[in-house]
Amino acid sequence: MNQDILVAILATAITAGTPILFAALGEILAERAGVLNLGVEGMMLVGAVCGFICALQTANPWAGMFLAMLAGGLLALIHAFLTVTMKANQVVSGLALTMFGTGLSGYLGKSYVGTALPVPFENYTVPVLGNIPLLGPVFFQHDPMVYISYLLVPALWFLIFRTKAGLHMRAVGENPAAADSVGVNVFLTRYIYVIAGGMLTGIGGAYLSLNYVPSWMENMTAGRGWIAVALVIFATWNPVHALWGSYLFGGIDALGFRLQTLNVLVSPYFLKMLPYLLTIAVLILVTRRNMVNRIGSPRALGLPYDREER
Amino acid sequence: MTAPYLVELKNITKRFPGVVANDGVDFNVRKGEIHVLLGENGSGKSTLMSVLAGLYRPDKGEIVVDGTRRVFRSPRDAIKAGIGMIHQHFKLIDSLTVAENVILGDDSTPPVLRLQDIQRKLEELSKKYGLHINPSSMVWQLSLGEKQRVEIVKMLYRGSRVLVLDEPTAVLTPQETHELFHILREMAKAGRGIVLITHKMQEVMEIADRVTVLRRGKVVATLTREQINRRELAWLMVGRDVVIQYKKKGSPGNKKVLEVDNVHCLSDLGRPCLKGVSFTVHSGEIFGIAGVAGNGQRELAEVITGLRPVTGGKIMIDGIDTTGLSPRQIIDRRVAYVPDDRLGTGLVPGLSAVDNFMLKSYRQSVLRRGPLLNKRAAYQNSRELVKQFEIQISSLDAPVKLMSGGNLQRLLLAREITSEPLLLVAVYPIRGLDIKATQSVHNILLQQRDKGVAILLISEDLDELFKLSDRIGVIYDGRITGIMPAEMTDVEEVGLLMMGSAGTGEMAT
Repeated sequence: MNQDILVAILATAITAGTPILFAALGEILAERAGVLNLGVEGMMLVGAVCGFICALQTANPWAGMFLAMLAGGLLALIHAFLTVTMKANQVVSGLALTMFGTGLSGYLGKSYVGTALPVPFENYTVPVLGNIPLLGPVFFQHDPMVYISYLLVPALWFLIFRTKAGLHMRAVGENPAAADSVGVNVFLTRYIYVIAGGMLTGIGGAYLSLNYVPSWMENMTAGRGWIAVALVIFATWNPVHALWGSYLFGGIDALGFRLQTLNVLVSPYFLKMLPYLLTIAVLILVTRRNMVNRIGSPRALGLPYDREER
Repeated sequence: MTAPYLVELKNITKRFPGVVANDGVDFNVRKGEIHVLLGENGSGKSTLMSVLAGLYRPDKGEIVVDGTRRVFRSPRDAIKAGIGMIHQHFKLIDSLTVAENVILGDDSTPPVLRLQDIQRKLEELSKKYGLHINPSSMVWQLSLGEKQRVEIVKMLYRGSRVLVLDEPTAVLTPQETHELFHILREMAKAGRGIVLITHKMQEVMEIADRVTVLRRGKVVATLTREQINRRELAWLMVGRDVVIQYKKKGSPGNKKVLEVDNVHCLSDLGRPCLKGVSFTVHSGEIFGIAGVAGNGQRELAEVITGLRPVTGGKIMIDGIDTTGLSPRQIIDRRVAYVPDDRLGTGLVPGLSAVDNFMLKSYRQSVLRRGPLLNKRAAYQNSRELVKQFEIQISSLDAPVKLMSGGNLQRLLLAREITSEPLLLVAVYPIRGLDIKATQSVHNILLQQRDKGVAILLISEDLDELFKLSDRIGVIYDGRITGIMPAEMTDVEEVGLLMMGSAGTGEMAT
C-alpha cells in the first residue's frame, strides 16, 4: 500500500466519521442532562432529507444545513416534551422517534431518490496547515463542516466541564433532586440540551446527503445513528473521546470501501459489517474499563424527574 | 440576656390532613448561640424547621428575620435571607467535585467557572472553622462526615447566618460527632446562629446554649444552659401520659422460644450496627423493644427473620440454632414477621388480597393442585380471613395498595397469624394507624399472646409498649441497655435509657 492510498483512506476516515461525530456530540449533550434519546437514527434521516431538499431548492448547501438543524431540533422537542414534561419512558419515546423519522424521511424524499446534488460544499485547503505533508491532506483539505466539527469538540468540552451552564447540565443528569434543591431549573435545562442535541444530530444527517454521498437515498444513514449512540458510551460522555471514536469508525468504513476497489478477495458484505462488529467489540472492552475505573453513565440517565416523588 | 434575635418564628401553626404538626410554636435563634430543638419522632421538629427553611408554608404565624417580617416561598428565599438547612439526607452530587457542589445554583457564579478562585475561597472558609476538606476531591470519595462538612461549607459560602442541622449526628461516628461539635462552636463564636435538631439527650448536655422541647407539636419548655437537667428533659420530652393496661390473661410460659445471644451485625452502610445483643422471649410473652428509631431495631428484626446476615453471636428459635438460615427455612420454623414497611417488605402493593394471602402458604397442599395453584381454595381461604379479621375490602381482586393502613395491617397480620406461628416479630405495627385501627391491631397481638405465641414487639411508642409488654428491653446504639418487667418500670426510666444514659434496670434475661 503506497502513501497516496494511505492518505486517501485516512482523509476519507475523517469525512466518513464526521456525520457520526455530530450525532454523537448531540447525544452527549442530551445524555449529560439525563435524557437518553434513541431517536438519533430518525433525527439524522429527517435532517438528511430536509437538508437535501432545501439545498436543492435554494441551490445553497448552507441553507440546507440550517433547515436540517431546525428539523433535528424539532424532532428532539417532541422527545423532550414526552420524556421531560409527560415523564414518558425515554427508551420507548426514542424508539418511536426513530421509526417516525425513518418513515417521514422516506415519504418526504420519495421523488428525490437518486438525484445528485449540484451544489455540494466545496473543499477548502487551510493555509499553512493544509500544506504540511501527510497531515495536511488528511486533516486540512476538507469542506467547512469538517472544520466546524473540529471547533465544536473543544467548544463543547469547555461548555461541559468549565462553565456554569455545563455544571448545571451535569448536575441535572446526575442528581436532579439535589440540583433542584439549590435552585437549578431541571426541566428547562433538560429541554435545552435535548433540543441542542437534536440540532447537532440533524446536521450530522445532512452531512451525509449534502457532502459524504452527496445525494438522497432512503435509509441512507444505515445504522450510523445507532453507532453514534454506542459511541457516546465508550466516549464516556466526553466530546474529545467522541472525536477519536468517530474517526475510528469512519476509518473502518473507508477501509471497507477502499478494499473493494483494490479487488481484495473479501466479501463486500463482510466489509460492510465491519463497523458494526467493531461497535460490539469496543463496547465490551470499554464497558469493562469503565467498570474498573468507576466511570458510569450520568446517574439519572433515563429517569424522568418528578419533584413530588420521594 | 437580651441579645438580638437573628430569626424569630412566632406562633407557627402547620396542619397536615388529620394532624396538627405545629400548634402555635414560638422559636428563636440568637446571635452566637447553639439552640437545640429536642423532641421525639413525630413531635413536629422537622416540620418546624421545614417552615424555617422555606419548604413548607405555615398555616398561621410569621417568620421574622433581623426584625423584618418575611415570607418564604421556596428554599431559595430562605437561603437568600441567610438561613441554611442541612438535611439528614445530603443533597450532594457524587460525580462532581466538592467545589462544584458548593457553587452549584449559586447566583454569584460567573458563566465561565474560575475553579481556582473558588477553591481558594473554600480553603479560606474551611481553615477559618476547622473544616478540613479538599475542594478538588470528588464527593463520592468522601466519608459521611466529610460530606456533611461539604454541606456546611455550601451554606457558609452562600452567606448563611443561621445554620439548621437536622439530626446531624445520626450518620456520624463518635469521632466525627466530636469534630462536628467543635466546628459548630467555632461558628457560633463567629456570630452565627446554630439550630441543632436531635432526640439525643447526650447532645443537649454537651452542646446546647439553650434548648426548646417540643411534644406533640407544642413547645413544652425553653430552657437555658443553667436550667438543663437530664431527668427533667426526659420527662418533658416523653410526657407523662396515663398508661392504661390492657387485660392480659395469665402469665407468660417458661418455654424459651427465641434466644438471642450476643448477636452482631452490620448496617446497610457496612458499619457495626448490632453490637452484642442478648435477650430471650418466652412463649405467651410480649417482649417489647423500646428505643429511638435508628438504634438497630430494624436490623434486629431482620437478623432474626434471616433477612440480614449475622456477623457474630447465635440465634435459637424453639431450641434450634437458626443463625445463618435462609428466610424460608426460618419461616418453616414457624416464625411470623410484620415488618415496618407493610407495603414494601410485608405485602406486594400491586397484587390482590388473594395473591398476598397466598404468598407464604402457596406451597401447602390445600392451595395446590399438582404444579398449579388451587385458586378456588385460595378464594375460599381469603374470604374466611377477611371476615374473621374484619378487613374492609372492595374486592378480593383489587390491588392491595388501594387499601387503608389499618386494613393493610390487619391483612398482613391475618396472613402471618394463620401460619400458626411460635414466634411473631412485629416492627412498629401501629405506625401511621388511627386509634381504632391501633386498638384492633393491639387486640390481635394480645389474643396471640394469650394463645401462647412469643411476640417480639419493636416500637417507638412508649404508650404501646407499656400497654402490651410483659417485659421491656431498651435498645440504644446497637446494645440492650436494660431489660425490665413492664410493671416495675416507668416512662421516665425507659426514656432515660432510650437516650443512652447509664442503665439502672437490672439485666435480667
